[in-house]
Amino acid sequence: MTILAVAEHDGTQVRSGAYSALTVARDLAKNSGDNVELLVLGSGLDSVAADASRFAPVIVADHPLLANPTADRYARIIANVAKARDAVSIIANSTTFAKDILPRAAALLNAAMAGDVTGYSVGNGELLLRRPMYAGAAMAVVTLSGQPQVITVRASAFPSAGPLDQPGERTVWNVDASTLPNHSEYVGLESRPTLRPELTEARVVVSGGRPFRTSEEFENYVGRLADALNGAAGCTRALVDAGIAPNEWQVGQTGKVVAPQLYVALGISGAVQHLAGMKNSRVVVAVNSDPEAPMFSIATYGLVGDVRQIVPELIRELGK
Amino acid sequence: MKILVPTKRVPSTDERVRIRPDGSGIEDASLAYMINPFDAIALEEALQIREQRGSNVEVTAIGIGNADFESELRTALAMGADRALRVDFDGCHDPWSVAQTLAAVVRREKPDLVLMGKQAVDDDANQAGQMLAGLLDWPQATFASKIEFVEPARLSVARETDRGLETILIRLPAVITTDLRLNEPRYASLPALMKAKKRPIETISCQDLGVSPEPKVRLVRLEQVTIDRTCERVADAAELVHKLRYEAKVI
Repeated sequence: MTILAVAEHDGTQVRSGAYSALTVARDLAKNSGDNVELLVLGSGLDSVAADASRFAPVIVADHPLLANPTADRYARIIANVAKARDAVSIIANSTTFAKDILPRAAALLNAAMAGDVTGYSVGNGELLLRRPMYAGAAMAVVTLSGQPQVITVRASAFPSAGPLDQPGERTVWNVDASTLPNHSEYVGLESRPTLRPELTEARVVVSGGRPFRTSEEFENYVGRLADALNGAAGCTRALVDAGIAPNEWQVGQTGKVVAPQLYVALGISGAVQHLAGMKNSRVVVAVNSDPEAPMFSIATYGLVGDVRQIVPELIRELGK
Repeated sequence: MKILVPTKRVPSTDERVRIRPDGSGIEDASLAYMINPFDAIALEEALQIREQRGSNVEVTAIGIGNADFESELRTALAMGADRALRVDFDGCHDPWSVAQTLAAVVRREKPDLVLMGKQAVDDDANQAGQMLAGLLDWPQATFASKIEFVEPARLSVARETDRGLETILIRLPAVITTDLRLNEPRYASLPALMKAKKRPIETISCQDLGVSPEPKVRLVRLEQVTIDRTCERVADAAELVHKLRYEAKVI
């Protein structure tokens, strides 16, 4: 039987978070003796399929009607592939792509799902999955009944899988266009271009809060410090609500969850909802003018002071 | 036009969540509860659609739970819902059993639109809406931050994704799950809350709906998460950079 890892890609390459999901898939397969296959969906997938096949055998669902990741069509294909392969589990990295599509696929398969899994163990022949609840205040240990089990994992909690010695086989999945739903029409994606690393994949994340009142200010302080550290820039919900930063930069319970080596919180008080998105970072630095800010209580290093004064000093010190 | 707004009753976000010593759940004896904040956003959106499109829009708030849920459903009525419907249920549920139950409610009520929160802030699952859409074979638009009618039965929805703001067009009937920035929910005024106390809450049993919601996710235990970092205060930027370089070795 098969453990299916669904890989998100950018049209050229598999997104690196998928390799953390592959690590989990391989590890589960090692215990159960199942096969691991990567599933990629899209249109014009030659390059993606070649990239993916370096890591595992690949099932390629390539069709013009799959050009955009609409949940209705992708969920249908994933469910069809899972049935054909008799999949015991379906695993993906926990991104908005997977959160949109996999629960729908689970419903089509009559399957249970656990999202945002950060760890697991096997007890009494059952897979025990660990996942955060209550904005990360609690960790739940759950089991899923029935098959397949649908699981999304937090990429930051697992290492990336390495390539195989020999590329895996590529299997073409025959997409029957007549069976694909036609529920939604993709219009477009609006994103703010950035040369910085992707938030969830960066070793260093620098985030800003309320002291930054315009996009220019945010760039001048948060952006420049992120660049000095070769890191990604993130922010609190308040900055996205105010239109200062785009939504894809939000860190927190409902934004992105990051766990970099270093997280620098600039002028972030530390609401529970924000902490849920970053508290598993290895080293946390808090810079805030309020010495009582809750962020200090979960920080490794704290510096009390005005971020506008301290950030330029930090950039100077980093240049020495 | 009929809009259903499924809601969940969750511990107030002002509460500090404590785990029972045996790990079987949270200490719920003295907790205050509220409508899941994302569901309140969904209800607000439904009310705004009714305000824009006129009186032929009916907004029904749905709750799945025991009689305790009635206080949150009355809040929904006080906010402006036309009807409140409680599916009487006293067990555990998971996104799967919720989606099964809601699918039965949808078959009975035949709405044009289901608007619900993208996730509940207790289990943070983010699944029920997508599962419901899959069970019904309806269009879905998750993580909505803007909803506009482009035709009487066609909507443009802006979705907040990891890659940016995505726009899709969907036809009704459909399921939409709401994100934070869609709107700011109104407060229920005190007079409206008083008035809502006298209004009926329809109740239906799972048996009458023809469902027996069996969760597929079993909670083995809950553990409190504690962070064991002690914050070392540094004097200035130079000391901080030195610590990061030579002590933490992260830069």
